Amino acid sequence: MPASTPEVPGTYVFDVAQSNRGYALNRLCGSFKHAANRERFNADEAAYCDEFGLSEEQREAVLQRDWTRMLDLGGSIFYVFKLAVMDNKSMQDLGGIFTGMTTEEFVNALNAGGRSFG
Amino acid sequence: MAEVIWGLATSHVPSIGAAMDNQKTEDPYWKPLFDGYAPARAWMAEHTPDVAIIVYNDHANAIELNMTPMFAIGTADAYKVADEGWGSRNVPPVAGAPELSDHLLVSLVDDGFDMTVCQELEVDHGLTVPLSVYCPEPGEAWPCPVVPILVNVIQYPQPTAARCLALGEALGRAIRSFPQDLKVAVFGTGGMSHQLAGARAGLINEKFDRMFLETIETDPAALAALSREDYIREAGSEGIELIMWLVMRGAMGPAIRRVHETYHVPASNTAAALALFENLPGAAFRY
Repeated sequence: MPASTPEVPGTYVFDVAQSNRGYALNRLCGSFKHAANRERFNADEAAYCDEFGLSEEQREAVLQRDWTRMLDLGGSIFYVFKLAVMDNKSMQDLGGIFTGMTTEEFVNALNAGGRSFG
Repeated sequence: MAEVIWGLATSHVPSIGAAMDNQKTEDPYWKPLFDGYAPARAWMAEHTPDVAIIVYNDHANAIELNMTPMFAIGTADAYKVADEGWGSRNVPPVAGAPELSDHLLVSLVDDGFDMTVCQELEVDHGLTVPLSVYCPEPGEAWPCPVVPILVNVIQYPQPTAARCLALGEALGRAIRSFPQDLKVAVFGTGGMSHQLAGARAGLINEKFDRMFLETIETDPAALAALSREDYIREAGSEGIELIMWLVMRGAMGPAIRRVHETYHVPASNTAAALALFENLPGAAFRY
């Protein structure tokens, strides 16, 4: 992270370095706003990935649906979420995955007022 | 001359729109939030604007990462509702107000705010959910045309909170110099505290939110003095959307009255709030 980007524990601060790292991955996920692209991805995921020049790690993360790794590799949650929706995953499902909880535990934490940090 | 009659601060979470679109507002999960909206909606229905200026952010729909405008303004006759990856919301297209957009653009640029110009813009939940908060059942058309103003809150560095308040002040001057007699509502959208990703996902900071809800009325300069890091640390990586409330606040006059507010946890992964302010006539402008 460049010196100017604040480091907040447990938090992705999506800056230019992250955007650079995740650009191909985010472009792939962003393409799902077009219904025709959603259909093409569903028909052949690997071939679709090959069109976007993902790194090998990003390609694996997408094909294996390793959501935390996608974020670690520069994915922006607003882009990666479009892929999650295609898998019928909600933001609560992802929240559980990011925090090591089941979806139910994560939802319960929110219903109880949310997660508090210091 | 045009005048700002009210300002509405509201969350814009997609699930609030989905709750309305899928008739879930009476479900136990959603009812407290929508009950909280009711007094504000009743008041706004009695105080209808001729045009709404909606300050919001796009979420990977109209704007992609190839170009990230810090501040942008829509200048079109109409705005289509975006397919965000799961089909478009079944709500009317948004009519624009191109003459007002043009006037605001020129005024803002003359005032030192070099806005990006959007002649074509598909609007996502960031804009349509606040419209639904104002008007839950629009029928065939929304009750008034809209000028969209976009703020980059997705990619660091976001504009500073101070710059957002200053943009709002310039926006207020621009509105008041528009020669037609128009009643204008300004929407500041997003927030409150929430973080979608990372180990802190699910963050809610009610103490910060309550402070912000109070101070947006009484001392916006204090909120403008907070750094980006303050917002991200206290309100979460997505809670920094709250800087857009400061644009709305800046556009209002020095004397405002809180008509109604409501705060509810959770709406999806967020703390949701609404705060409605009436501009009090007759007060002298500082700006």
